[in-house]
Amino acid sequence: MYRYDEFDATMVAERATQFRGQVARRLSGELSEDEFKPLRLMNGLYLQLHAYMLRVAIPYGTFTSRQMRMLAHVARKYDKGYGHFTTRQNIQYNWPALVDVPDILDDLASVEMHAIQTSGNCIRNVTSDQYAGAAADEVEDPRPYAEMIRQWSTFHPEFSFLPRKFKIAVTASDNDRAATRVHDIGLRLYKNDAGETGFEVIVGGGLGRTPYIGHTIREFLPKEHLLSYLEAILRVYNTQGRRDNLYKARIKILVNTEGAERFGELVEAEWEAIKGGEIDLPAEEMARIDAYFAPPPFEALSVDSAALDQSRQDNDEFAQWLRVNTVPHKIPGYAIVNISLKPIGGIPGDISDEQMEAVADIAERYSFDEIRATHEQNLTLAHVKKDDLFAVWQALKAADLATANASLASDIIACPGLDYCNLANTRSIPIAQRISERMGDLEKQEDLGELKIKISGCINACGHHHVGHIGILGVDKKGEEFYQITLGGSAAEDASLGEIVGRGLSSGDVVDAVETLVGFYRDNRQDKERFLDTYRRLGAEPFKEALYAAA
Amino acid sequence: MKIVTANRLEDGAVVYLGDDDRWTESLADAAQFDDQDAENVLAAAESRVEEIAGAYLAPVDEDGAVSARERLRETIRSAGPTVRLDLGRQSECCA
Ligand code: SF4
Repeated sequence: MYRYDEFDATMVAERATQFRGQVARRLSGELSEDEFKPLRLMNGLYLQLHAYMLRVAIPYGTFTSRQMRMLAHVARKYDKGYGHFTTRQNIQYNWPALVDVPDILDDLASVEMHAIQTSGNCIRNVTSDQYAGAAADEVEDPRPYAEMIRQWSTFHPEFSFLPRKFKIAVTASDNDRAATRVHDIGLRLYKNDAGETGFEVIVGGGLGRTPYIGHTIREFLPKEHLLSYLEAILRVYNTQGRRDNLYKARIKILVNTEGAERFGELVEAEWEAIKGGEIDLPAEEMARIDAYFAPPPFEALSVDSAALDQSRQDNDEFAQWLRVNTVPHKIPGYAIVNISLKPIGGIPGDISDEQMEAVADIAERYSFDEIRATHEQNLTLAHVKKDDLFAVWQALKAADLATANASLASDIIACPGLDYCNLANTRSIPIAQRISERMGDLEKQEDLGELKIKISGCINACGHHHVGHIGILGVDKKGEEFYQITLGGSAAEDASLGEIVGRGLSSGDVVDAVETLVGFYRDNRQDKERFLDTYRRLGAEPFKEALYAAA
Repeated sequence: MKIVTANRLEDGAVVYLGDDDRWTESLADAAQFDDQDAENVLAAAESRVEEIAGAYLAPVDEDGAVSARERLRETIRSAGPTVRLDLGRQSECCA
């Protein structure tokens, strides 16, 4: 995978040194908080309820065992022994002291990590499919393109002060695991009828106060033109996006007021002017980046593993985990393993330093040293031999990381909410914990099938509630926590925004309501329908009726 | 009545302005100010840039408890996350 070259390493080290000086000037009082705030945000440092919060970048969610061990070290030495994986494949620490942050950044820099592009009005850390390079359904590994975007966007002088933050996601599969349709720009790499690969370019999606599903402004972009086309989009946005109103500054507002077609024309015109220029990478440079993502040295194995079949037969619990948490790999004899960070009743996305060490060890031994963070706040081991799956499961189980609930009802996305977040209206985590407990044993959950529950503690929608099959949004009513339910959202290839059903519910009632809705689905599903399919077939009305009949 | 609260600059810990004009970690020791004085007190507190960041006023009722609308937020700031009782000031005390 990609190793920082000298240029990157120097840049990261310089930034850490620069920030050390800025912190010193802030501590001495030379800089006021107003002066310091934009500087700390450029380095991923927020001020939250209890303490500072440091968000560390994991570009496109791929990192090594060595880096994971450093994350564990930071959690242990400077924080309170844990970290929290976010919906942007990053990790955040909830308790760092300002005086320690320069040392933390130095430690991170020693393993090519940093907190650049994790906050502020810049192009944020680019996200991608956590199965990249392993998925049976991808046309190519999307990460070289994500890496090109990272190199192009990091410290891009023209795009460091955009009207608002800007998020790009890349996938190379028809099964969208990167939520590309709800990003400022979503890119889907595919093969057209002529057999060429290129990108579908989707613009103007997003969640938050005004959610939109993105519009396709170009059906097919030859892949070698990716960067010039992105540059054209960003230029149009940078000049025409609104800077006068925080709530109207995202590109989704521009795209939807101009109309996608008109916006697309502006982009095409801009692109015409720049596309022959120097922005697109020459073929040699693309090949150089590609080489960093060369597949690991897979062994030639047969599709089936006798050892695996035996353990599956011998151990029901393992068999269940295997069904739920592993996914087919494109190479025979290998599998993709999902590590749930959603223990029943636990805090979604949280992981202790010891668990980080355990994952690092397992990845080193069984998955070519590579770990992925997912936008659903879990981890993935991309390349595990089928012969090793039982050993991997046992090691995960020993670290309390073997909950068999990937994509099931208790695999809940929840933002930090009022337990940590300065902007929150309500708590999110306790709702996730209670729903997780209420959803019952894992066999029942497996029977319910894929069910995406997503919870945000305010309208900023960091918990992606708009695109949950069941979404929950916390609202404040005169100091009481209330929760509004939306149904029928999806962040996948069948993206849609959920519809609000009824009035806000108290924290106790919302857990009952979810149980009622799930029960209604179970009683009314046909064949292999998921919750979302049944909802789409029947519409909102019967679900609402079920909810009110129960109330 | 109002109290002044902020985050301590060097580590972000939640602090309150106490009677002697010093920052205290104890919500119970926060000094209370009449609404008309509070803005001036806040401005003076904010100027102590090398000590704190993010100062603001929180409303309290006669017994010094934070008023309804802000109560949960201020309780969590003062005690720690409700989902990790082993963290924050709630974990320190002996009761
Ligand atoms: S959705 Fe709101 S409460 Fe949740 S993390 Fe984002 S800003 Fe904070």
